[in-house]
Amino acid sequence: MKKALAIGALLIVISAAASLKSPDFLTAANIQNNVNWSSLWGILAIGSAFVIIAGGIDLSIGSVVCLSGCLLSLLLHGWHIRIGWLGLDTELKFGVPAALTFVLVVAALLGLGHGLLITKLRLQPFVVTLCGLLLYRGFSRWITDEQTQGFGDDDVAALIERFHDWTVGTIPLIEDFELRIPFVQRLFTVRTPFVQEFHLPIPFLIVVALGLVAGGFLHWTIYGRYLLALGRNEQAARYSGIATDRMVIVAYVLCSLIAGFGGVLLALEINSVQPSSFGAGWELTAIAAAVLGGCSLRGGEGSILGVIIGAALIRVILNATFLLGVPDTLADATTGLVILLGVIADELFHRLAARRRLRSA
Amino acid sequence: MASPSPLLRVEALDKSFPGVRALDGVNLTLARGEVLAVIGENGAGKSTLMKILAGVQLPDGGRILLDDRPIRCHSVHEALRLGIVLIHQELNLAENLDVAANISLGREAHVLGFLRSRAMRAEARRALKLVGLDVSPRKRVGDLTIGQRQMVEIAKALATNARILIMDEPTSSLSRHETETLFGVIRNLKAQGVSVIYISHRLGEVRAVADRVVALRDGKNAGELLRGEIDERRMVSLMIGRDASGWYRREPLPAGEPLLEVRDLATQAHRRHRLSFQVRRGEIVGIAGLVGAGRTELLEAIFGVTPPAAGTICVAGRPVRIRHPIDAICAGLALLPEDRKLQGLVLEMSVRQNISLPGLFRTRLAGMFLNFRRERSDAASLISSLRIRTPQATTPVQLLSGGNQQKTVLAKWLNLRPRVLLLDEPTRGVDIGAKEEIYRLLEQAAREGAAILFVSSEMQEVLTLADRVLVMHQGALAGQLTREQLSEEAVMHLATGQVGTTP
Ligand SMILES: Nc1ncnc2c1ncn2[C@@H]1O[C@H](COP(=O)(O)OP(=O)(O)OP(=O)(O)O)[C@@H](O)[C@H]1O
Ligand SMILES: [Mg+2]
Repeated sequence: MKKALAIGALLIVISAAASLKSPDFLTAANIQNNVNWSSLWGILAIGSAFVIIAGGIDLSIGSVVCLSGCLLSLLLHGWHIRIGWLGLDTELKFGVPAALTFVLVVAALLGLGHGLLITKLRLQPFVVTLCGLLLYRGFSRWITDEQTQGFGDDDVAALIERFHDWTVGTIPLIEDFELRIPFVQRLFTVRTPFVQEFHLPIPFLIVVALGLVAGGFLHWTIYGRYLLALGRNEQAARYSGIATDRMVIVAYVLCSLIAGFGGVLLALEINSVQPSSFGAGWELTAIAAAVLGGCSLRGGEGSILGVIIGAALIRVILNATFLLGVPDTLADATTGLVILLGVIADELFHRLAARRRLRSA
Repeated sequence: MASPSPLLRVEALDKSFPGVRALDGVNLTLARGEVLAVIGENGAGKSTLMKILAGVQLPDGGRILLDDRPIRCHSVHEALRLGIVLIHQELNLAENLDVAANISLGREAHVLGFLRSRAMRAEARRALKLVGLDVSPRKRVGDLTIGQRQMVEIAKALATNARILIMDEPTSSLSRHETETLFGVIRNLKAQGVSVIYISHRLGEVRAVADRVVALRDGKNAGELLRGEIDERRMVSLMIGRDASGWYRREPLPAGEPLLEVRDLATQAHRRHRLSFQVRRGEIVGIAGLVGAGRTELLEAIFGVTPPAAGTICVAGRPVRIRHPIDAICAGLALLPEDRKLQGLVLEMSVRQNISLPGLFRTRLAGMFLNFRRERSDAASLISSLRIRTPQATTPVQLLSGGNQQKTVLAKWLNLRPRVLLLDEPTRGVDIGAKEEIYRLLEQAAREGAAILFVSSEMQEVLTLADRVLVMHQGALAGQLTREQLSEEAVMHLATGQVGTTP
């Protein structure tokens, strides 16, 4: 919790610095964009947080994102499956609800596979999910024939219009107000254009809802407590009668399921799914956000609020470096540097606090 | 008293932790070739004092003089160079490495960074011989029993050629035989002029090895006893600050119907032997035997940690299928495991959360939610009834002293009110007062209708606590002794495999 506040403060400092240096930072469009992307990455990061808290790691998130984006598009357009040696030649064409369900089930099954391999065969999470990373990326490229997928063409666009608006659309905040309440209008005269222009991205609502559910799960339910306990000491958890294998599997299923859902949102948002690059590296963004937000890679530790703020921090850093004219080629390096500094500062802060506690005792 | 110029002199040492004053002006001297025992209740500050001497922690105030020169060790390495070595209360071995690598850890023989494995193994063999441990230097430490690991730990300390060797409860996981060997080692060291500081809650051992006894109470010096004065009553009264209330004596209860019935059970480790026995309501049954006799394996098989290879288990007359500890808990069983640090506790979690962990699913609300109020009140009542010394219920359990950690594990299982309570070395590292309290708690659990089955390597414990004793030898049940037949000789007779006439 304290950590979440600390990196929240860091987020504000960086935002303030960026808005002083660049007039473009505080514009409605830019903020809206940042909120949108922070939320989308935050969703992925919540998934990875579960796995990290259970003492594991999931490197396949980016590829699951890609696969679910590709599958969604294929299924909506009609997916022609032809495998010669199997004599298979059919077309799958679903409506929105069926396609969405299909994608989420596939994602959950992938997570189930990871969990089973890790708990029953005792394979290392790093290895299992690294193979997943390669497998699902390759599979996506194969089933799409490397063709960029999208939802732009007319019949599909019409089909998914409502779905699109409800998932990655935006909500205007103030329009109506202005006309009805004159006083408010006066109060906001200066900022009215801003408030009017700013539309709340729906992914923000989704990440808040998901965050509340995930945080509640982690801290208020016995299963959340089980995850925290087994992340620290799996053996002691097992001796305490916790079905540790089952809980670990749950963590991986949740992670992949959330990645699949995130993939759907991201595909709709970007509206262009390039099988070889869509989602590439986002597993690392998610892990970095989780770590920034207070998850220890040793397991058993973490707060969901911190993880979401961590994702926002990464997004804002990227945005700020762009606006400040830092060369595009340096963007990754800047993110890496800031995360490193954040983790170092956290460690130093920890030690200082520990020492001070000793003194004052 | 202390010789004119002692080897080590500690003056007015202070050390505080959040919420506790662990050491408060402690003085101590140690002569060359002296065996000094330090005793005190759980949390009295013994381990803290030793950690400071060995450079693990820094004192807040006071002085340490070695050969009349003040020293201040900032690291274990510095202390090692000065010849001070500490064998920690909790095991500190790298389980993935072999014995030789552990013994030379941090001081590896090498040429330009390449390990000289043969030299290391030779050194290890020498050190192992000193402690009389017969295992290959190439064996992985993770494959050793806890007692063997403890001996490796001691061998590792001996290999450093220490001038001052500090042992923090070295015997808490040793069998009687290993303990005897250790005493031999200590006498040898003493003859070579090495000084030894020895911490133990087993006062009989203290009387056997110590030249002098220093007692700590609440972080302060509580007095000392010289050679001739060392007896158990005096030691207890120094430790607890008043005369001991008299020894614990068990009053056997009328035993009821069998609660735990084990038939033809074979453990994974000893598949050839079939074990059958029962434990009745209100009965406290001990399992004695040498280290490696298969006692821990038996308890873990019953509890489903390593499900048995064959056999049936009945609880309260009904056969139960136990493949995982969760089945065992649902059937009304509880197991206090052998190693509190690895199996008993989640060290970073609070005392309260550790106590509640196995029972969470029973007290949950609406199918899945934590019952915080219940968690708080359960933990509070157990902390007070077991007298667990902790600043707060929310203190991470790793900050507690060893004995108080052990009480926390016990609290965790008593909280479940099990029908059958299995305990593996229930009082390891617990002070003598607390030991009695634990015996009373177990007796009370038995009176309230539990069946209790415990493993102990401490003969005294087996003799005082048990109504009946099962003796194991190399994975088999060598025999049973009723309270009337019970004696040290009878137990040892069976435990060493001399097939006797005992029924
Ligand atoms: N790192 C720490 N942080 C906070 N408190 C600590 C720490 N180490 C020890 N303590 C506290 O200091 C007190 C003394 O602990 P210490 O381990 O020295 O006791 P001990 O005499 O060795 O007891 P035992 O016989 O149970 O091992 C205890 O109350 C313990 O909780
Ligand atoms: Mg101690």
